Amino acid sequence: MVFVGSDGQLTVPTAVKIVIAGGFGTGKTTMVGSVSEIPPLKTEELLTEAGVHVDDLAGIEGKDTTTVALDFGRITINTKVVLYLFGTPGQNRFWFMWDELATGAIGAVVLVDTRRLDSSFPSIDFFEHRGIPFVVAVNCFDGAQLYTVDEVRHALDLDEAIPVVLCDARDRESSKTVLVGLIEHSMNRLAAV
Amino acid sequence: MTAREDWWYDEAAGPLVRPYAMVRGRTRPNAPDLHLVTQVRVSAFASDQTSLTVEHREIMALCTRPLSVAEVAAYLDVPLIVVKILLSDLIERGDVIVQNSSPQIPDRDLLQAVLDGVRGI
Repeated sequence: MVFVGSDGQLTVPTAVKIVIAGGFGTGKTTMVGSVSEIPPLKTEELLTEAGVHVDDLAGIEGKDTTTVALDFGRITINTKVVLYLFGTPGQNRFWFMWDELATGAIGAVVLVDTRRLDSSFPSIDFFEHRGIPFVVAVNCFDGAQLYTVDEVRHALDLDEAIPVVLCDARDRESSKTVLVGLIEHSMNRLAAV
Repeated sequence: MTAREDWWYDEAAGPLVRPYAMVRGRTRPNAPDLHLVTQVRVSAFASDQTSLTVEHREIMALCTRPLSVAEVAAYLDVPLIVVKILLSDLIERGDVIVQNSSPQIPDRDLLQAVLDGVRGI
């Protein structure tokens, strides 16, 4: 791949991102890995005590700093555009990282495990309140499809405009379909403005 | 008693060189607009590297192709804030160039390109 502009200057591509959110253990990193062209990478942000409310540090007292780990992958779209997929940090105390992740994002996939529906509520609230386009993807673990799309929509009290799809986060084609659905949803939202 | 002098150092002790030592105690980058996905690459006019630290040189070696700030941090295995500070040093020297924009919502053409790209993988 050559990154040289028409004037012969070195260029850098435009980067876009999609956030993969959801509760702990819903398959976020699995989905990132199934579509990423590189094995998921992990990066860490250091967090000093001053940055976190004291109550939120229950269980890790005595540490001066803690770290927030982010898993992410990449898909090179073409020589000018690269897409990054970021899994959200599992612990809800790291909301400040969600803001950086969500800023300028195409949108978000909220992964849902129907055995623990309530674990997806914070993610849905976050994207709803910030007006960030998102789709809900029900990760069907081991082929277990316990509920229909309509039942999930009702249980999560989702607006009709929010797409809900069933998926298998381990499967590349299935994860691709979820991403395509999100991008189309974002384009529709853009057209509606 | 052990005669070994490194007995105190094990995995639980964490990294031997504390992250902020790499950046001489600095906690904020001079270049404010470095985000997770900001693209960086070595410029065509990279200067003499003899005064650079090992970490700076590692970044220069990595960024012969465009990479995001997050990728540089992951490959170097150092926290994001440390990489942002090291990168801002290299930007000031003119050794690396960055995508000159803060994150913004992609427009329709960009979304269409991403849609086509994802369909094609």
